[in-house]
Formats: sequence, C-alpha cells, structure tokens
Amino acid sequence: MTPKSNLKTQKLLTKSKTARYEQRGKFISVLTLALIMVIVIGIIGFILVKGVTMFINDHVSLKDFFLGTNWNPGSTTPSGQPAVGALPMIVGSFGVTLLAALLATPFAIGTAIFMTELSSKKEASFLQMVVELLVGIPSVVYGFIGLTIVVPFVRNTLGGSGFGILSGTFVLFVMILPTIVSMTVDALKSVPNHYRQAAFALGATQWQTIWKVVLRSATPGILTAIVFGMARAFGEALAVQMVIGNAALMPHSLISPASTLTSVLTAGMGNTVMGSLQNNALWSLALVLLTMSLIFNLIVHLIGRKGAFKK
Amino acid sequence: MLQTAEQYLYQFDKETPIAISTDKLNVFYDDQHAMIDASLAFKQNTITALIGPSGSGKSTYLRSLNRMNDDVATVTGQINFQDININQPAVDVYEVRRQIGMVFQRPNPFAKSIYDNITFALKRRGITDKQTLDEIVETSLKQAAIWDQVKDQLNKSALALSGGQAQRICIARALAVKPEILLLDEPASALDPISTAQLEETLKGLKKQYTIIIVTHNMQQAARLSDYTVFFDQGRVVEYNQTRKVFTRPKMDRTNDYVSGNFG
Amino acid sequence: MKANQRKNQIAISGVRVIAALVVIILALLLGYIFVRGLPYVNWHFLTSPAKPFQAGGGIGIQLFNSFYLLILTLIISLPISLGAAIYLNQYAKDNWLTSVMRTSIEILSSLPSVVVGLFGFLLFVIQMGYGFSILSGALTLAVFNLPLLTRSVEDAIGSVDDNQLQGGLGLGLSKFETITHIVVPAALPSIISGVILSAGRIFGEAAALIYTAGQSAPTLDFTDWNPFNSASPLNPMRPAETLAVHIWKINSEGIMPDGTQVSAGSAAVLVLAILVFNLLARYLGRKIFKKMTATD
Repeated sequence: MTPKSNLKTQKLLTKSKTARYEQRGKFISVLTLALIMVIVIGIIGFILVKGVTMFINDHVSLKDFFLGTNWNPGSTTPSGQPAVGALPMIVGSFGVTLLAALLATPFAIGTAIFMTELSSKKEASFLQMVVELLVGIPSVVYGFIGLTIVVPFVRNTLGGSGFGILSGTFVLFVMILPTIVSMTVDALKSVPNHYRQAAFALGATQWQTIWKVVLRSATPGILTAIVFGMARAFGEALAVQMVIGNAALMPHSLISPASTLTSVLTAGMGNTVMGSLQNNALWSLALVLLTMSLIFNLIVHLIGRKGAFKK
Repeated sequence: MLQTAEQYLYQFDKETPIAISTDKLNVFYDDQHAMIDASLAFKQNTITALIGPSGSGKSTYLRSLNRMNDDVATVTGQINFQDININQPAVDVYEVRRQIGMVFQRPNPFAKSIYDNITFALKRRGITDKQTLDEIVETSLKQAAIWDQVKDQLNKSALALSGGQAQRICIARALAVKPEILLLDEPASALDPISTAQLEETLKGLKKQYTIIIVTHNMQQAARLSDYTVFFDQGRVVEYNQTRKVFTRPKMDRTNDYVSGNFG
Repeated sequence: MKANQRKNQIAISGVRVIAALVVIILALLLGYIFVRGLPYVNWHFLTSPAKPFQAGGGIGIQLFNSFYLLILTLIISLPISLGAAIYLNQYAKDNWLTSVMRTSIEILSSLPSVVVGLFGFLLFVIQMGYGFSILSGALTLAVFNLPLLTRSVEDAIGSVDDNQLQGGLGLGLSKFETITHIVVPAALPSIISGVILSAGRIFGEAAALIYTAGQSAPTLDFTDWNPFNSASPLNPMRPAETLAVHIWKINSEGIMPDGTQVSAGSAAVLVLAILVFNLLARYLGRKIFKKMTATD
C-alpha cells in the first residue's frame, strides 16, 4: 500500500465537510417547512380558541348564535340573552357567494370555451393576459368601482340606497370571474385532443363536441374552478364591505342594506375591547369563516379525488 | 458457466493492480432486483466497457460504483476501493464521488461560465487561489482535449456550447476534481459521429492516468475503445473478458447472440 | 342533420357573445380605472402627504409604506419559501407526512386574507406586542404570501433538468449545495417571475393589513433614515397605512371632501403598479434567462 492511497483511504473514512454541510442544509429546509406547518396549526388553533370562548365563557348557545337574527353584541335580546344572532351575516355571506357564482359560472365557462376551442392563438393569449391581470387587481379597487358605478346604478334603476346584496353580488361576480375563467381554461386544456378528434370523426358538430365531450370530461376541473371562485367570494372582505351597506339585519330584499361575516368582522374588530363579549362574538364569526374555508378546501379535495383525469 | 470474478482477470494480466472491484453486488429498486451478484474487478489504467441490452443492469451497476444509487435503490455487497469496502455508511459518500468521478449520458454543463463549470466543485471545497484554479482549468481542459477551442471564451456560458463540446466540458469538470476512476454512462449517445470519434480518442489518451469504466450500447464503440468488456443481461454478469475475445470468441451463446446483433 | 348544424351555429354564436360581453366588461373596468383615476395622478399627488379633512392631499406616505412593506414582506417570506420549496421538491419522500405538509400549505393558501389578518392581529400586534406597525404588517403579509410563493418556487425548481443535480452529485458535492448553487440559479428566471407576481398580490392587499399595519399614516421625516427614530420612514415599529388600505379607509369613512378623486387616483396608481409588476415579471424572467444562456 502506497502512502498516497493511505491518505485517500483516510479521507474516505472521515466525515467530510460536505457531509456536515448537507446535514445542516437539509435541517434548515425541514425547519422552514415545519415553520409553515406551525403557522397553519397556529392560525387554526388561535381562531378556534378565540372563536369558542363566547360559547364556553359567556354560555351563549349554538342555537342562539346560528339561528338568532338579532345582532347587537353588548346588548341583550328581549328574552334576556346576549344579542349575538349571526344568521343575518351567514345569510348575507352565502347569499352573495351563491348569487355571484351563479352569475359568473355561465360567463366564465363561455369565455373559457371561447379561449380554448374557438379563438385563434393570438386572441387566446391576449385574453389570457387580460384575465391574469384582472386576477391581480386588488379587491379595494373592485370595491371602489362598486361604490362609484354599481351602487349608483342599482340605486337609480331599482331604488333604495343601492347598497345591498345585489351590489355585493355584482362586485363579487366581476372579482371571481377571472379566477374561474383561468382555472376553467386549465381544465379545458387538459382534455386530450384525441377526445375532440374522435368526436369529430363520429360526425359530431363542434358544439356537440364541446358540450358532450369536452365539457363533460372537464367537469371535475370546472367544478373545482367554481368552488375556488366561491371560496374567494365567501372570504372577500373589503370589496363587499364597501357596497353591501353593513346593516346587521336579516336581508328582506336584494337591495336592502345587509352584511356578511367578513364585513362585520372588518368593521367591528377595531371598535371592541379584547376579551369582551362583543369582541368574542366577532371571533366566533371568524371561526365560522375559517370553518367554511376549510369546507371549501375539503370539497375541492373530494372533487379532485373523483376527477376523471389529472394533468 | 458464468465468467466473473477477479481470478479470471489474472489469467492474462498478473501485474497490473486492481483499481476497484465488487463482490456480490446486488441492487434492488423497491421490489425489483436489478443487479444480481455482480462480482467484477477492474484493472488500473485500462478502459472497460459495460455492454448489454437496455434493462440489463449495466447503468445500474455503473452508478452503484460511486454510490449514485444511494437515494434511489438498496445496494448490498462489497465495493472494494482504496483497500476498503466503500459500500458502507461509515464511508463518506462525497469523498467516494470525488475519487470516482462520473460523466453522464446527456451533457449537463451547469448554467454558468465554462471557467465556473470547472472550478465550481473546487471552490466549494475551499480551493480559492486564483492561480491554482487557473492551472487546474487549463490542465483539465487540455486533458479533455477542448482547451484550444475554448481558451479564449472561458467566461462564456457553457450552455452555449455544442453537444460534443459540452460533453468535453463535463469530462474536464470531472477530471478537475482529480479522481482515480472515471465512470462514463453512455457519454456519446447524444453526440454526432464526428464528436463521438473525437471523444473516443480523448478517452484513450486519458487511460494513462485514469481507470475508465464506460457503459455503451454501441458495440463498435466498445470494440474500438476498450481493453476489457463485460456483457450484462437481465441483471447478471454473463461474460467478462478481454474485449477482443468477447467480440471474436465469446464463451456464452447469449453473448454471441448479442454481439452479432441477434437481439438487444 | 340540418337541425344539428343550426343548433351548432346558434350555440357557438352564443358562446362568442358571452366571451365578447366578458371582454367588454373587463375592458370597461380597466378603462374606467385609468380614465377616472389618471387625471388626478401627478407629481404632487404621488409625493405629498394625505389630508384627511381637506381637499388636495396626496398619497406620498401611503405609496412609500406600500413599497416598504412589500420589501420587508419579501425579505421575510422568500427565504422561508425557498427552504420549504427545496425540501418539498428535493427531499420529501412520497408519504403521509409529505401529503399533510402539502395539505397545510394548500389550506394556508385558501384562507381568506381577513382570517390571516386576524391571526396577525392576535399574534404579532397583541401577543408579541409589536402593536400596529410595519413589522406586524410585514409578518402577517409574509404568512399570507408563503403558500403561493412556496408553490411557485417549487414549480420553478422542479422545472430544472434533473441532470443538473446529478452533475453536481457526481462531482462529490452535497445535494443541498448543488440545489442552492446550481439548481436554484438555473431556476432563477421563473423564481423571479413568481416573486414579482406575488409582489403584486402583496401590494394590493388591504384586508390583512387593517388590523396589523394599522390605518394611520403618521407624518414622516424623509431626511431621517435612521430606523430607530420614530419619524424615520424606515422605522419598522410605526403604524403604516398602505395605498390599498387608504382607498378602503377614505371610502368607508367618507370624510375627505375629494375622497372619490383621491380614491380614483390611488386605484389607478395601484393598478398601474400591478400592471408594471406583471410586465416586469415577464420581461425580467426572459432577460435573465437570456443572460444565463447568452452567446455574446
């Protein structure tokens, strides 16, 4: 054995700097991921704890909260219970979300069909750019436009103050439209081309191909897009708050001032003292919001699992 | 009878020491047994070609030698190098790869300048002296026979080079780390015939200083280039002999079928 | 057959009409923002401080706050996202723990920004005692930004040829140094595009900031760059209303006499900034890629 190979053997048997560097690097990267997980658990934990305080410490019943229609935390209902009925906000949130999704879906699917099936490459990429830009427009800008165009328009055509669920719906419709369009485009694009060719070969018209083959096989993706849009609408705070009127009353028409979970939260959080019943009631609203967001997530997962094919 | 193991080598060459050898090397991917009991020895300063049909395990074997399979497969058995078995956790895998370098099928220069491609690994190991680095760059590029073509454009991105040039940069990059053994995994498969011929000439020159093991699916290449040839089939070593003998008087029918182009 | 073709034509035209309508709505939207807002945008508007009770105020401080917050947020979230993306893309084994980690990132990305804001309020403003401050705001926005940035960095890293990693490993380099010194630089064009796009989102976010960075913009002394002085623009402990929050506040309070004009101007600036971010993301990504593979 030559001394040279001896040295090389020695080197092989010694843990190199590189090995230590690798361990450290891997540890750091695991740590960052763990941090993200801690944050997620932290968010859920914090809001869960704050959100149930009202039910545990202040003995508010779930029924009064979910079915009560009188929201005026700090004061009491005629029956002597705290006035923390959240039904008006829950109805408001679901109302604007469902209506906006209902309105946006046909427009979004139509646009997506146009972009993937009917338009030229140039038109499609132009539209793609516009849609991407619109996804990025801040919600306060949508709220401002709602305030200066939609609310006066509703006021002038339908009467009332103009503030209300209808205005909220219009604003959210425009807001979630680009989101749903761009995800639906992805879903339609993921339908393999030979599906279309097979349908044409069987003598189907273009519309029959789109309707019976393309849309059908992209259904899970389109549903996911719609649920995503709804999740965005449900969680949207400021744009809605600016146009809905912020009256915590059961909405009796689409043009009467109403409120959503998010609008009451943003408007109220600054005006209450931490730990008071008024404040705890708001955290309970936040918990409802969080739970709904998790449910939307779950729905997306379930659709994804049932999905016909993935990319 | 399977022709394996080192005593076989000694029939025709008793003097040259063995650079690296394996003893009952087995490789498993999940439940697939990709290499079965490979016992082979490689002589210093020779070129050995590993041939065989695709899926025969030749690349798997090659990649196990410098433990590139550590993350993706389970490798059992001994790999003897520098008087120790390097197939054990106590042996530093990074040092193994420095002493046993590797060149890949597709040229994979880093998205850096030619100069940085060669010096990157050295700098990471703490060699920062500009003059030393310059010397290493020049020597290894000369060894890889590409110095004359690139000496005036060392700061140019290596991604702008042609396939043949890029592959030489990759060889130079491997040589710069000063390995004992150079493993090449079908290094010419992405190159045109002229670049391939040039690459073969370069490798022949390199065996004066290095032990070279090369996987190839091109039998003419194996015949032109190598001193010894191993024929793999279905995860086993079928035949190991001097290249001339493998191609002219194979002992196994299976080898004969393969080298005469009946399958593969 | 005839009936089918007729139906086909009607339906296809219907789709075209819908698409045209959407394009018109979107075009009007963008047009409105600029036509309404740009006339108010001038040097004075962009640089002078806001005047809550009288007309003629600007958005100088808000604009500065938005950029400062953006930079701090990126400084906090980028290293974390990078680490997480590296782990997910290169180290994570395909098992239940990885899928739990991926699911939590997905959950975080789908949380409404108000919820993230409330979490930031609880943790940073109250628990940690940072108060309504740039620091609280930046930390909250970092949380908000982490999932999307992690995903885009992971995609960027994943699109780099595995051969690059193999090449590094073959030279006896560790996986981590190969990733950080070779794979990440190779992915830089798409990473930068991702960062800039996320910058647009951060720049326009308001709901997560109302209760973290606060809703007031104290006067700043732009000659004092010592971050420890309270009037210094760089002081991270001062409350900082951003441009997006400013628009919301003017409109929900409604006491500024020229509130609509200021909002219109601010909205135009905000959208313009995001447009610039978008174009920059495309341009820079392409340019850096060219530079890296350049033949000059």
